[in-house]
Amino acid sequence: MKAFLMFPDRDFDPDQWLIVIANPYPRRDGQPPGPWENLPPLSEALFRDLQLEPILQAMARDDLFLYEVSRRGLLSGSRLDRDTSLYRQAILRDALTNPGVVRDIYALSIEANEAVRKAGGGLGFSQPSSILSRSVEAMKSYMESLRRLRDIATLAGPDFRSPGFSRLFAMLGEELDDSYFAEVAAHLKRLEFRHGVPISAEMGQTCKARDYVLRMPSEENAGWLNWLFGPHEESYTLTLAPRDDAGATALGELRDRGLAQVADALGQSVDHIHSFFDMLRTELAFYVACLNLKDRLGELGMPTCLPDPRPKGGRATTCRELYDLALALGMGRKIVGNTVDAGTSDLIVVTGANRGGKTTFLRSLGQAQLMMQAGMFVPAATYSADVAQGIFTHFKREEDASMSSGKLDEELARMSGIIDHLAPDALVLFNEAFAATNEREGSEIALQVTRALQARRVKQVTVSHLYAFTGTLHAQSEHSFFLRADPAENGAASFRLHEGEPLTTSFGADVYRRYFVDAA
Amino acid sequence: MDRKDSSDLASPVVPMSAAGSAEGFSSILFGPKDLLQSPPPLQPDCFHDLNLDQIVKQAISGFTEYALEAFFHQPLRDLDALAWRHEVFRDLEAAPVYQALLSFAERMRKVRETLTRTGKFYYVRQKQAGLVAAAEDYVAVVSALSADLASAKPTSRGLTAFGAWLSDHVAGSRFTTLCAEATAVRGAMASLRYSLLIGAGTVRVSRYNESGDYSDIVTRTFEKFRQRAGKGRDWKFPEMAEMNHVESGILDRVALLFPEPFARLSSFAETWSAFIDPVILRFDREIQFYLAWSAYLAPLRQAGLPVCTPKLSRTDKTESVEATFDIALAHKMVAAGTAIVTNDFHLDGPERVIVITGPNQGGKTTFARMVGQLHYLAALGCPVPGASARLFLFDRLFTHFEREETVATQRGKLEDEVFRIHEILQAATSDSVVIINEIFASTSLTDAVELATKVMTQIIERDLICVCVTFLDEISRLGPTVVSCASTVVPENPVERTFKIIRKPADGNAFAIFLARRHGLTAEQIAERIVS
Repeated sequence: MKAFLMFPDRDFDPDQWLIVIANPYPRRDGQPPGPWENLPPLSEALFRDLQLEPILQAMARDDLFLYEVSRRGLLSGSRLDRDTSLYRQAILRDALTNPGVVRDIYALSIEANEAVRKAGGGLGFSQPSSILSRSVEAMKSYMESLRRLRDIATLAGPDFRSPGFSRLFAMLGEELDDSYFAEVAAHLKRLEFRHGVPISAEMGQTCKARDYVLRMPSEENAGWLNWLFGPHEESYTLTLAPRDDAGATALGELRDRGLAQVADALGQSVDHIHSFFDMLRTELAFYVACLNLKDRLGELGMPTCLPDPRPKGGRATTCRELYDLALALGMGRKIVGNTVDAGTSDLIVVTGANRGGKTTFLRSLGQAQLMMQAGMFVPAATYSADVAQGIFTHFKREEDASMSSGKLDEELARMSGIIDHLAPDALVLFNEAFAATNEREGSEIALQVTRALQARRVKQVTVSHLYAFTGTLHAQSEHSFFLRADPAENGAASFRLHEGEPLTTSFGADVYRRYFVDAA
Repeated sequence: MDRKDSSDLASPVVPMSAAGSAEGFSSILFGPKDLLQSPPPLQPDCFHDLNLDQIVKQAISGFTEYALEAFFHQPLRDLDALAWRHEVFRDLEAAPVYQALLSFAERMRKVRETLTRTGKFYYVRQKQAGLVAAAEDYVAVVSALSADLASAKPTSRGLTAFGAWLSDHVAGSRFTTLCAEATAVRGAMASLRYSLLIGAGTVRVSRYNESGDYSDIVTRTFEKFRQRAGKGRDWKFPEMAEMNHVESGILDRVALLFPEPFARLSSFAETWSAFIDPVILRFDREIQFYLAWSAYLAPLRQAGLPVCTPKLSRTDKTESVEATFDIALAHKMVAAGTAIVTNDFHLDGPERVIVITGPNQGGKTTFARMVGQLHYLAALGCPVPGASARLFLFDRLFTHFEREETVATQRGKLEDEVFRIHEILQAATSDSVVIINEIFASTSLTDAVELATKVMTQIIERDLICVCVTFLDEISRLGPTVVSCASTVVPENPVERTFKIIRKPADGNAFAIFLARRHGLTAEQIAERIVS
């Protein structure tokens, strides 16, 4: 039994790494997010450059488990194929329509394991007989939870349309019918061994018995009574002396040998049901977190939409009112968005005034692309783009503002690190790349990189104030789209970009003047 | 290391029949004359300096139970006994012989283990059953060895003689009876199957009734919850060979259900309380010497390093060895996948002493150690590192290596050195070999030269074979019996050593010049750098 709500054909978190976070002690607050293993390469840079933290916090609502599931669900989106994105999007649509049911099942998935844990479910290291009796108890509790889960599925099933939920609900109905619950109950009763543990053995070397095999326990009223009053069978009975502790231990061990396999089987089954509920919880958590985010954006009056992912390889970038989600959440109020139709361009170049909304736009585009690929709604009225083969960011680091060969070295190393992971149809977002040296050198490097990536069919969005670079791009502007931010008029920037070619005048002069001339 | 035996003077030729007759076979290791020394000799003093302790330790590490150390502590002076060993070693190079002996050893080990375990059993039925199991295994392993040897056709005097003896032994009535009885008893016991019903403080024993495996049935019911290929819990039950009283109580009741097989069991045990033949017992231990050394050489051979049977002489002091190496070092380097440098050396005509000088870390000590190892291993009758080796068979092998100062010695370092070298010269005969590493390094250069010259002059006068590593160039010019050798560097890159030790005159300042050039400080370089 599988939940399969994140992928149509596999578990979201096969290593159950997320469960480790949830149980028994969650990661402490205040620690930096991590680890970054088993996520797409360079996820940490993506996380930082796109400012995902406030988004994840809105999804998590202080629940560290939700945080971690969201983080991994979102970041792994950069490598998802379009079918999976659409598979999740359909499930999310169901969740948005039936938020109550989804939250109920999520709560049940937590309660089911909690109930067993509180009853001493952690099996630890122990003897087969004690594992067995605890497993029997745990299994009884799980059967109750499974019955409840199946009942919810039966009741709410017709309201869910997505292949993911439909499959899950159908499976629960088929696998967990009443006759199955009856079969399990009968086993659980036999496994109490009211009439002794029947075992067969063979004569091994040096007369030690070997191959202990558990045999079917007799039904009620059979066993001893059957032996006493049934057809005669030659048998000899060993009875331990009343205070023979060593003998009792030895007999217990013999019983354990007989019970080892069934205890193991039942213990594993308990573990597996535990895993099933954990997995259900983990995969639902992603959608519950999406519901949380949706609720918050509703409060702010910000629009969202289910985006239109286009097939990988074809180029398309269109959006209306695309806004920076991190900025909106951070400011806690409505903000303006950008409306852009870059058509089939594979290179979008953003130039223009400082503090004019360039970086914000770049970030909003990255967020939307990532969220779309992860199967989420996006911060825009509409959004449509081709699915990227990996999303990468090369942002100017605040701390490397100064010009020095060390900084340029660091930038180039970072670029080289990205190249290591690039394939055709990847998306790279550049923010003021190679600005750590003079304009001529920086432009030359940037131009070489950009042209090389274009030749390799890598989609790029680049924000740059290196005119020698952007101007050259514009002069030979095949498959390119140019956006420009305008300087503030009367001290208030519009933060809206519009289509426009790069301008030679540095807007930095404006800023300079504002402080050095205006102030004078 | 006092080893004075009459064989020294005896003719090396021994008639084949002495060892190979059907009426008896004594030792695969010490030949027809059975030179085994008793009590076993202690570890010779040279062991540590020559790394022979490491070598032997590693060689016998998988052979602890055979106590092989003593065999490695007894070098031989009997050329015939050494030839006897050489022949066996050569037989082992053929896979069928080697495999037969390896498998014999492995299975004999199990027989002994079973017997040891059985001996400790408390319950009689268990003792009896253990004895049967051991006897069955023993019969099988001995028969197999006999058959394997017959088909592998060894050519050494040792294995041929043993094979002949073994073949007679296996056909003998005692052995065939043991075989038949063990098989019969085991067969009767092995098929027994029974049922237990374990209650609280009781267990009922009855004949086996066929019914399903309930664990499987339960497993199938819960199969649908399987999330991933999980592996079963590894229950750790104490696997005691010994029964407890509950098990034995159950066994007694099983015996009531099946009286006949148990009666046969006890009658077997009465007849066959001891069944291993003493000749086979000794062979089993002694053959391990060969197996251990062959196994030790195997990775070296695999790495393409040459190993050869040395030609030995008790009279001719000229020596010649090609492509040899330090065997302990080679082991480490083969394991690490590093290439190994081999070296040649020879002593022609009057030459007796090799004096090695040259840059440090260039393989000088390794070379000296290697020469010592070669001589010692040759005296054990072992194949040695090298493409070919002609060596003098020493009477005693001495080493003088620089030593950490010990609290126990009241003497100073120099005095201690003088004392030790004196002891060596006292004990050495003209047939001894001396390996010296860094003599008198602790005193002033003039002192060192003077003392070392005196010591070496004595060694030369007494016609000892000697290798001496030193930084004192003067030692290498003490006459026609002294061969001067030096460690070498790669000409283009003076800091890289070749680890080749070659014949060349000592040249103390060569390395200093190389280092100076590396730092741009030779006379020419300085002249160039200072632009006038």
